[in-house]
Amino acid sequence: MNRVVITGQGTINALGFNVASTLKSMENGQSGISIMDFPNIDRLNVKIGGQIKDFDPQLYFERQKITFYDRFTQFALIAAKEAILQSGLVFEGELSQYSGVVFGTAGGGLQTQDENYRAVYEDGKNRVHPFVVPRLMNNAAVSHVSMSNNLKGPSFTVSTACASSNHAMGQAFHLVRSGAAKVMITGGSESMLCFGGIKAWEGLRVMSQDGCRPFCASRNGMVQGEGAAVFVFEEFEHAQTRGANILAEISGFAMSSDAGDIVMPSVGGARRAILAALQDAKLNPEDIGYINAHGTGTTANDKTETLAIKQVFQNHSKKIMVSSTKSMHGHLIGGTGAVELLACIAALKDGMIAPTIGYQEYDPNCDLDVVPNEARQQKVNAVISNAFAFGGLNAVIALSSI
Amino acid sequence: MSISVQDKVLSIIAEQAMLDISDISLNMSVEDLGLDSLGLVEAIFSIEEFFSINVPFNANDPSASEFDISSVGAIITAIEKLVLKECN
Repeated sequence: MNRVVITGQGTINALGFNVASTLKSMENGQSGISIMDFPNIDRLNVKIGGQIKDFDPQLYFERQKITFYDRFTQFALIAAKEAILQSGLVFEGELSQYSGVVFGTAGGGLQTQDENYRAVYEDGKNRVHPFVVPRLMNNAAVSHVSMSNNLKGPSFTVSTACASSNHAMGQAFHLVRSGAAKVMITGGSESMLCFGGIKAWEGLRVMSQDGCRPFCASRNGMVQGEGAAVFVFEEFEHAQTRGANILAEISGFAMSSDAGDIVMPSVGGARRAILAALQDAKLNPEDIGYINAHGTGTTANDKTETLAIKQVFQNHSKKIMVSSTKSMHGHLIGGTGAVELLACIAALKDGMIAPTIGYQEYDPNCDLDVVPNEARQQKVNAVISNAFAFGGLNAVIALSSI
Repeated sequence: MSISVQDKVLSIIAEQAMLDISDISLNMSVEDLGLDSLGLVEAIFSIEEFFSINVPFNANDPSASEFDISSVGAIITAIEKLVLKECN
């Protein structure tokens, strides 16, 4: 089995338009959550989100191209460009054949759907733009990143709600580890912050109207975000031979299914995924210094996740730093694991432990070191990133420093 | 009426093909304009939107459509007929 390393990273999200500004915001414990701006927001009860403000696609793309790009595709292309540029890779010849793209997304081109449903149902129009289908399809982001970068190997989209990008990065990891690909461009992208997108979530009554406070006794729900993060996963020897700057190693990955409830999380499913990821990475519980939690800020998730962590790590669970960066960038649903992997890499590479902000009050059901409100500087050698999706689909990635 | 249809169709085609109107002549084909199939579909969409007409164009097999796209001039003539029909 090949070793797999990360040689590039890119992002755009509510905390920043690139990796450097995003990490700076995390280090400063800044919130990207604010009052959202889009049509009909006055008819929503939930008005806050991690929306990317002052974003002008015309600064990034030619006008002719924009007609093909839903907002979630735009985010993916921007993040992929930054990641690939950092890796220094150019995809030509044989490398191009053995390099592909796997992204996670839950909503795909939801903005395009929302706009065009509005046009035909509300405005009574009988004609939609000819590119509605190629814009809204869930694989649009993958396909455009493949086309823009000459990536001709295995490419597909993974959609498992809130675990989409962890599942996607896991598949990319497996493809490189098995030798089926040399390089995989992977991560996730999401853009659900529109009237229909938020209205649907409002119906579930799990959204907070005043802020995302994971693990805090006063938490009252999740807050959505949008954006993308993209990574270059590369076979270790390939990276080493060309003298690439290696950011971290992906040491393991595991998935599990609760086979229980369509929305309620399960301790058992989460525990099995974390344990299996450690086994896959050949890491002991004591090796883990930081966990980027799923930490949605809902009553159920944070309590369940705390129990799962305590069951796996036992006495060591008191010593592990566990933070939810969703408190800053919001929950990017199908893109969230990707943005959260940035915090994992920063922990390994720079010893920057991103905080859980908005933390007000201790909750005995969440008795972990949640790195409240302020970032910490501490060296760690191995980390995991949790994602537990609606539908009980869990995906945990383990990373090690190199 | 026909002048303005021609001008509008030309400006839509020019925008889609990223050409100056002055560079487009009536005997040019879609290929000459450098329009691919999606570009043509988008131009027809813009024409339909502007004139509030339905253009019987089948992207599956353009040659099988009753809508003649053999040249810029042919497209304009066909649109003029459709606009006239819509007016009546």
